[in-house]
Amino acid sequence: MTASKPTNANFDRFLHARRKLYNYIFLGLTGLATAIALAALALILETLVVKGVAGLDIHVFTMSQPAPDMAGGLLNAIVGSLIMCAIGMVIALFVGILAGTWLAEYGDGTKLATVVRFLNDILISAPSILIGLFVYELLVRPFHGFSAAAGGVALALLAMPVATRATEDIMRMQPNALREAGMALGANRGHVIRSIIWRASKSGLMTGALLSFARISGETAPLLFTSLGNPFLSYKLTQPMASMPTTIFQFAMSAYDDWQRLAWAGALLIAVAVLTTNIIGRALTRGSTHK
Amino acid sequence: MAVAAPSPPPQGQAAASAGNDTLRVTDAQGDPRQPGGDHIFRWLSLTAVLVMMATLLGLVLSLVSGGWMALSHFGISFFTTSTWDPVADQYGAAAPIVGTLITSFLALLLALPVAIGVAVFLVEICPQMIARWLAIAVELLAGIPSIVYGMWGLFVLAPWFAAHVQLPLMMAVTPGSWLETLISGVPNGANIFTASLILAVMILPYIAAILRELLMSVPSHMREAAYGLGCTQREVVMRIMLPYVRKSAIGAVMLGLGRALGETMAVTFIIGNSHNFPGSLFDSGSTISSTIANEFTEATGDMHISALIALGLVLFLITFATIATARLLLGRGGPK
Repeated sequence: MTASKPTNANFDRFLHARRKLYNYIFLGLTGLATAIALAALALILETLVVKGVAGLDIHVFTMSQPAPDMAGGLLNAIVGSLIMCAIGMVIALFVGILAGTWLAEYGDGTKLATVVRFLNDILISAPSILIGLFVYELLVRPFHGFSAAAGGVALALLAMPVATRATEDIMRMQPNALREAGMALGANRGHVIRSIIWRASKSGLMTGALLSFARISGETAPLLFTSLGNPFLSYKLTQPMASMPTTIFQFAMSAYDDWQRLAWAGALLIAVAVLTTNIIGRALTRGSTHK
Repeated sequence: MAVAAPSPPPQGQAAASAGNDTLRVTDAQGDPRQPGGDHIFRWLSLTAVLVMMATLLGLVLSLVSGGWMALSHFGISFFTTSTWDPVADQYGAAAPIVGTLITSFLALLLALPVAIGVAVFLVEICPQMIARWLAIAVELLAGIPSIVYGMWGLFVLAPWFAAHVQLPLMMAVTPGSWLETLISGVPNGANIFTASLILAVMILPYIAAILRELLMSVPSHMREAAYGLGCTQREVVMRIMLPYVRKSAIGAVMLGLGRALGETMAVTFIIGNSHNFPGSLFDSGSTISSTIANEFTEATGDMHISALIALGLVLFLITFATIATARLLLGRGGPK
């Protein structure tokens, strides 16, 4: 069958060609955008790996901060970061899991829960440097000194909302039949939550913990005025303590080649740590929810 | 009793199952035969919630009380002047505040078109097998610590930018024209524009990841109906999918903006850290967070510290408004 009016057919063909052209341009632009994003990732990772590997050697893990032009490593920073992250994670998981539990189990449907949820989401995205200022006012100024404990608390305050949110999300996913079954056996709610719901949510809680760890392990800003930094290996919680991000910051901004090389090595280590934690965390979620 | 029908569920449960799509036990009292059985645990978890709220409250209070001295001393001139002089104890914060706003909005301007393109490409155009891996790559970009971005900006981007963009541009423009004013500055690559560029790279994967999830939430029958009418991919995306997620998408964008506003380390590395009011795009400048990061530990007097905390309060108010709006627009489905 042919079109009844040739002019109409002509018109349609132009329109069709124009729509196709626009579509091709559109497809090309989205492809270009993706290429730009991937190129940025590739460029950054390339620099990070090339410069980071060049700075890596055994001294990085066995020696503490060097004087300029001397051999040295990042041991004090690695130890400091591990200690403060551990403090942060213990506090954050304790408070975060309990708070998430309340939101998912006890507070569900109440006005307070709605408000808390909203404010928690805001805390998740709040600038980390403000947490640093807060902990400075809370724990540094009153005690007249920077301390590793203050750094740990600052990290805890950053990880807490992430842990709360993750806990609530995973506990909400547990089927109610589990709760009913536990209560039918005569357990009270607290018992049901602890022995059934937490156990069922184990891998999800693990993911939440890993994601909170990934969130804080690369944080620099809140540590600058809480734990300050320390050129020596230190285990005292009441004294200033070095950390990877602040040491990297100090070294990168310095004028010494050795320090800058160490800074790149540190940046590589920390990026690898954060990225692996992220990937493991995501892999765990995928395994547990069958998505 | 053999004839007894199964007893109806208690009132609370019935109401809950009628109201929620997921069945949920809401009878807070638990078993009446075990009075107070789980009260300790219940109060413990409520305490944890209150600790969270106390954090936010304490954050606000500490910023207000810490910054009060500077705010009451300088009054409105804290916001309108840009003399930042620790020696004379004179503090005006106009330059960092404006610097924060300029870099963040510029970053958003640069990142948003790319983020939309990435999200559309991943959801609608690319084969799903490849899209899964690309999505992971984009999320990795979001996971890189900001200090790494900062170092890359300082050691790679800034020198390249100075040699290949800034200098040629300065040679090319006619002296005295408005264009020269726009791009004047020390050609070392550490300026407001490169800071915005780094910020854009940082918030790009963040916005793209949320947008991708939003676009995937568009019901497939809507897309299929549009394709069935003969729409091209461009028409389906621009006229059906993006309008469908518009409200949440604005939320996603504002969340990205909030991130840019509060970002500290990456900016501190590359913005040049001068307290002059930014005169051009390629001028060195400062943001609120970079000023605090640079000066706080070296602050000399009480007034200096107070001025820096007052800056923090300003940052808090700006980001709070941005993030709160974003969360309201996004609803509960928002990202972690």
